[in-house]
Amino acid sequence: MTNREHMMKTPFLTLTATLALTAGLAQADEVRVYNWSDYIDESLLAKFEEETGIDLIYDVFDSNEVLETKMLAGGSGYDVVVPTGTFLQRQIMAGAFQPLDKSKLPNIDNMWDVISDRTSKYDPGNEYAINYMWGTTGLGVNEPKVREILGEDAPVTSWDLVFDPANMEKLAECGVMFLDAPAEMIPAALNYIGEDPDSHDPDVIAKAEDVFMPIRPYIQKFHSSEYINALANGDVCVAVGWSGDILQARDRAAEADNGVEVSYYAPDEGAQMWFDQMAIPVDAPNPEAAHTFLNFIMDAENMAAASNYVYYANGNEASQQYLEEDVIGDPAIYPTPEAMENTYTTTPYEPRVQRTVTRLWTKIKSGT
Amino acid sequence: MRRFALIAIPYFWLLILFLVPFVIVLKISLSDVALARPPYTPQLDLSAGWEGLRAFFSELDFENFVFLTTDDLYWKAYVSSLKIALVSTLLTLLVGYPIAYGMARAPNEWRPTLLMLVILPFWTSFLIRVYSWMGILSNEGTLNTVLLWLGVIDTPLQIMNTNTAVYIGIVYTYLPFMVLPIYSALEKMDESLIEAAEDLGCSKLAAFWLVTWPLSRNGIIAGCFLVFIPAIGEFVIPSLLGGSGTLMIGKVLFEEFFSNRDWPVASAVAVILLLILIIPIILFQRNEQKAREAEG
Repeated sequence: MTNREHMMKTPFLTLTATLALTAGLAQADEVRVYNWSDYIDESLLAKFEEETGIDLIYDVFDSNEVLETKMLAGGSGYDVVVPTGTFLQRQIMAGAFQPLDKSKLPNIDNMWDVISDRTSKYDPGNEYAINYMWGTTGLGVNEPKVREILGEDAPVTSWDLVFDPANMEKLAECGVMFLDAPAEMIPAALNYIGEDPDSHDPDVIAKAEDVFMPIRPYIQKFHSSEYINALANGDVCVAVGWSGDILQARDRAAEADNGVEVSYYAPDEGAQMWFDQMAIPVDAPNPEAAHTFLNFIMDAENMAAASNYVYYANGNEASQQYLEEDVIGDPAIYPTPEAMENTYTTTPYEPRVQRTVTRLWTKIKSGT
Repeated sequence: MRRFALIAIPYFWLLILFLVPFVIVLKISLSDVALARPPYTPQLDLSAGWEGLRAFFSELDFENFVFLTTDDLYWKAYVSSLKIALVSTLLTLLVGYPIAYGMARAPNEWRPTLLMLVILPFWTSFLIRVYSWMGILSNEGTLNTVLLWLGVIDTPLQIMNTNTAVYIGIVYTYLPFMVLPIYSALEKMDESLIEAAEDLGCSKLAAFWLVTWPLSRNGIIAGCFLVFIPAIGEFVIPSLLGGSGTLMIGKVLFEEFFSNRDWPVASAVAVILLLILIIPIILFQRNEQKAREAEG
């Protein structure tokens, strides 16, 4: 063997060996979790590794659409993913998840039936997923700034704040962001004009265009995660976003002590309620470790730590005794039963309707 | 036999890396969207033999391409991408030519260092470099802070989230692809040609237009194609630096694929994009071939 040949072959062999080795390790003690950004107390990740000896690889996303594309393509390599209810339902239908083995999930007794009842609408019998957290979609408002611009009687608890062009024209100077999530923004617009927010009728959905077109010039950006910092820094004064994200912005602003005061309101006209569900992909490399992770998350103290950190309510009844007062006692996080009645949920769109919705959303965002 | 192997290897790579992926994309573009994994139908079922194959082909159709003609979004996005790519290519040429010229005229011992400086940005991740532009161009960014401090402007310039930011991003990113071929053309040039032109009564400017420019033509053409072709399908730069009004086909493709989960239409958009790109690619190839022949 000449030297040259030797050099060519060695890296190849090493590479194969490494691949074989890492593949073996992945089977043994590694779990890959794909969760929403800013959605966990990161000390829990270290705690999980310590308690179980399983390596945790934790990646984040900020859009259900991206997650769904990965799930439908298959081979994502993740063991635990966190789709929202409607998306979960569609992915279950597409055969993307494996049923949970509840014998490996003793902590499932901690779950809260009020939430389990609601999530069984998407996942009958809660066969495929457990609730991680839930919340509402509403308004994040930098109140002093907004009152300075719109006056003391600014409609901060109403969708009028962002859907009335007269308000938006004035608010544009201090910045308004919207979620880049058509499956939530179009129902919100329909709800605002008194239509069924869960309508799948293309003619009804088209009416959302009339709500958005007059206000679109005043929207600084459509984005699903940037608004946390933008609100906290004072770059924007209003954001349509997810409850806990806005409360995180409130806290970051308070910590920075920069004169920004953020509040969250689930609007009077009704807010969308959603549930983020943890599920195991059908082709998960390590379903065993995935179950261990789910069971770890359903531990009352762990779940409480996560909620205390991210300001989202969870579906775990046993965790409530460990929740801090500013979480369990805050109606923006745990709404009163009456406020819970003033929410709506949606169901997944059929492919053709989905195209109408996305096309409309592209038009709203780009003007064409 | 050896000769055959020599020719076969590159064709084999072309087949694996270009033709096979293209056929897969083309196949998906003729399918229909479905709620399944993967999300389109029909799936090729080889176990069913001939019958399966026939059933598979009978379900393919051009419906998705027809759909693209019914919505002017796609047409507008293609045109807007072409426009953005064209303008950025010209801007890159404008910025890149003087750099290449300066490098080629620099003393011999400086040239390797200058060349290194052009290539140096590639050592940092492309994504990080685009993110740093976000830091420079945003309303509270470096540029606006400096301009406000100097008193040139009173209110921050809105550059971030506009087409201007996209142009800046593309010109910045693709500049080395313009500089390097022009530099290599200029470097080979015999400087005594300029002296000869000046001896024969040309002004410096005339000598540039009559001698240097034509001799660097091949480098210019190569650079322009190297910038223009990837710029048309650019996705990262418009989505990070551009605003919601920035219409580019790369973004439309992303939306079709990720938001609509409509792989068939996304594939149809990609096939058309490829057809649009084939023309400049063929022109580029011809230019390269001519250049090689000229060099003999």
